Amino acid sequence: MSPRSYLDFNATAPTRSEVIDAVTKAMQEGGNASSVHADGRAARARVERARQQVAALVGADPAGVIFTGSGTEANNQALRATKCERLIVSAIEHESVLQARDDAVICPVTPDGLVDLEALQALLAENSSSTVVSIMLANNETGIIQPVVEAVQIAHDAGAFFHCDAVQAAGKIPVDMMALGVDSLALSAHKIGGPQGIGVLICRDPSLMARFVHGGGQESGLRAGTENVPGIVGYGVAAECALVGLDNFGGLANLRDDLELRIQELEPNVQIIGKNLDRLPNTSKILTKGLTSEVQVMGLDLDGVSISAGSACSAGRVEMPYVLAAMGVPEELGLCAVRVSLGWTTTGEDVDRYIEAWQKLYDRKIAET
Amino acid sequence: MINLVANKDPANTRVVVAMSGGVDSSVTAALLAEQGYDVVGVTLQLYDHGAAVSRKGACCAGQDIADAGRVAEKVGIPHYVLNYESRFREDVIDVFADSYVRGETPIPCVLCNQTVKFRDLMQVARDLGADALATGHYIRRVEGELGAELHRAADETKDQSYFLFATTAEQLEFLRFPLGELTKDETRGLASRFDLPVAAKPDSQDICFVPQGRYADVVLKVRPDAADGGDIVDLEGNVLGKHDGIIHYTIGQRRGLHLDTAEDALYVIRIDPDAKHVVVGPRAALATKTITLSDVNWLGDDTLGCDPIECDIKVRSMRPPVAASVRKTDDGGVCVELAAAEHGVAPGQACVFYDGDRVLGGGWIQRENSATEAA
Repeated sequence: MSPRSYLDFNATAPTRSEVIDAVTKAMQEGGNASSVHADGRAARARVERARQQVAALVGADPAGVIFTGSGTEANNQALRATKCERLIVSAIEHESVLQARDDAVICPVTPDGLVDLEALQALLAENSSSTVVSIMLANNETGIIQPVVEAVQIAHDAGAFFHCDAVQAAGKIPVDMMALGVDSLALSAHKIGGPQGIGVLICRDPSLMARFVHGGGQESGLRAGTENVPGIVGYGVAAECALVGLDNFGGLANLRDDLELRIQELEPNVQIIGKNLDRLPNTSKILTKGLTSEVQVMGLDLDGVSISAGSACSAGRVEMPYVLAAMGVPEELGLCAVRVSLGWTTTGEDVDRYIEAWQKLYDRKIAET
Repeated sequence: MINLVANKDPANTRVVVAMSGGVDSSVTAALLAEQGYDVVGVTLQLYDHGAAVSRKGACCAGQDIADAGRVAEKVGIPHYVLNYESRFREDVIDVFADSYVRGETPIPCVLCNQTVKFRDLMQVARDLGADALATGHYIRRVEGELGAELHRAADETKDQSYFLFATTAEQLEFLRFPLGELTKDETRGLASRFDLPVAAKPDSQDICFVPQGRYADVVLKVRPDAADGGDIVDLEGNVLGKHDGIIHYTIGQRRGLHLDTAEDALYVIRIDPDAKHVVVGPRAALATKTITLSDVNWLGDDTLGCDPIECDIKVRSMRPPVAASVRKTDDGGVCVELAAAEHGVAPGQACVFYDGDRVLGGGWIQRENSATEAA
């Protein structure tokens, strides 16, 4: 049994060994993908192969794939470089969407955690200026899958551009960009076992997108800067592994459901957010009244289990998660929420360890009160 | 060798160390880790550092939190940051500001120890199954016959007992102060020996959330209506001049009155928040022999009752202790009778009781006795 149990895949996934091998090889081979000579052409070939691998993960046309420095950058580019006058985002978007522009109009979510489609329709109807709508495919904290197909329909009927942050969904559930109908899609490599610091923005029609990082003409002029060839190669391999492993990843729902069942057997008052909704198979948002998120995260860490309170982006800070606030969860409950997210390395032993460590904390709390 | 918990070996003793990022708490963590304790470092984020120093773009967490993290990494212990900004604002900064608005001179460090540290952080430590909470305070915890006792630090110049008088007996059972027997020089020596990244860091300023000692700025930010000016009057009520807000004055203050009178030796005797008066008078009018206290924390072995208990007291952190007697009054309050008059006893400050080096508790000085109905 490994010394620690890593149950925080939604923060970042462990790098796949195939990826490490491919990145190592790409670093040994070197080459600037924009160079004319043979070394450059070889690097270019590796980049283009990765472009196809990443496109294949989400059923996209490789020609629309722009490699970026992160999922955050991809979201920023989609929302800022489309130059639409208005931006509508759901209240539960990742911070890289919420903070992309300071004039974003917030579309509320229902108490279930689903984007409120009627509200979206009303927001679109109240103003006829050019609009970009951004709604995520799956929420990073709750794993709840959003009604993107319906939202796209509503947005397109109103003539709006539709961007979708699929960073948490890709590689965890089947994603088909064409079937979704979205105009652009943001993805990130490290959530699926690729390297950190590489993402993509995929555009259905790249001519509608403008450059965001300025400089050289890389990425069809849409993202300046020497290509991160090892990162791109690693991403390609990770995308291929994720696509192959998609069925197995879906099977994680059994382990996840078992974990939830066991926690609720120990304490029936524990709440699971979105338990009966369409969720990512690996994600569980667990609320234990009386046991604060901070104590759970620290206590489990000290017992060798890595989980998080919510999004990992506000490092070290513990506050009411805005995603739960948007769903109307009262603060005293929201402050007692943790996110457990499994992945391909997770075993039943990891779940056992989680339950054991959680019970230790819980029993201590019970004994005290 | 520090023996933190009787009959328990270090490896099986979990200690949460409150790490501020300063030298003292860093050495505390390093000492305990060196002796094999199961040390967990926790740093409290108490205020928005960037806003406090009014510098745009300053890191929200501040350098101290980063320093605590670097020390924890060096020492090899887990380290967590708890965001207590909102409760610190409510329990410490707002109370601090309100106290000034009432014409008092508050001590926020005591409030901080009472609330975020010894109430909230201590609860977290208990929840994590810790056996103790250790801090870098210069004060000693002595195992007495009737339970843990609080004693002044071995290093008189660093003694922090005045700021810890409100520590309850129950809290004291759980607390540990490994630096209580050390001098500051010894602590600095240890910081160098452990090669801590904060070994050369200067001592922190008095109030952490008040930049450059400009406490009035903080008060006005929280309570903007506290800026009202008023009259400076003498003991008979004659107007001698104007002031720009009572929050700028402290009992016993002599400088900054800017009075155009022949009499140069005038002191702030009293502050009347309702009339917005700063009352000034001669030094003799500052003399007080009786002090009433509220919220008294009693740590002595004998029960504090209506029979006076002889002890020494301190009414300001930097003053030497003086002889007094403490007793309960008929109305349930606590009254201190001084053997000789003290000058400049300010409401909002603490009155702390001592029996030699032992701290017997203390309470908050109340308005009505701060000088001068007597005068």
